Amino acid sequence: MASAAVADEAVQETWVAVFTGVDRFEQRSSVKTWIHRILINVARSKGVKEHRSIPFASVGADLDADEPAVDPDRFRGPRDRWPGHWASPPVPWEHQPEDRLLSGETLAVVRAAIAELPPSQQTVITLRDLDGWTAGEVCNALEISETNQRVLLHRARSKVRRALETHLQDAVA
Amino acid sequence: MIFHRILLRLARDYPCRAFVEAVTDYLEGSMAAAERRRFERHLRRCDGCERYLAQMRKTIDLTGRLTTADVDALGPDARSELMEAFRSFHAGRR
Repeated sequence: MASAAVADEAVQETWVAVFTGVDRFEQRSSVKTWIHRILINVARSKGVKEHRSIPFASVGADLDADEPAVDPDRFRGPRDRWPGHWASPPVPWEHQPEDRLLSGETLAVVRAAIAELPPSQQTVITLRDLDGWTAGEVCNALEISETNQRVLLHRARSKVRRALETHLQDAVA
Repeated sequence: MIFHRILLRLARDYPCRAFVEAVTDYLEGSMAAAERRRFERHLRRCDGCERYLAQMRKTIDLTGRLTTADVDALGPDARSELMEAFRSFHAGRR
């Protein structure tokens, strides 16, 4: 949101959305979170329409570090006959019954993993996989390149997958 | 024997370690055609990577099941800026 005028407009629309949507308010989310949510969605539509953006200074720092998606120890070493191939392949958990995968306990693991991400990764995975924004919308709103958007999304999703594997592998063994 | 050597060369050319880093490019549809063919060829032959891709898809699915209250959608900087705009607007209306 580069201009104050656009911000004002977003806030105004948020209040309208709050008052018209109060019946749909869910008890389990706090009022603050709920209003914040609406504000973000209004800001998003403003951002896209006005070609403004939300400043997003911390992206550079999050992209600098080398972050492999999978612990390098899980692959075979360079002297192996099959260098870079799985030494310790992923433990299967993805076909576990829905009632376990969708349990509050499992979703709490996803939530905790996202909460631990650096802000830029957290923002990108939330906007993409939770709010359903397109890649283009995220790039536009955060003023980042398509490549950077993908890198942040990749790192975020990879970490959430690791957390799920750690949590669910006990049930498989 | 020649066949075996070709297989070995192909496998070394595209190790699992490269596959797991390319998964998001693949799911985003941002791969060039040649890269995509290499990725899919590896996928057909490697149970570990097939499972890995399925797990990434499941991860995306599960993230989508979180409720709006579960996660703050913006990082602290952008959020505080928006909240500040929100507060000043609110104050101005009183």
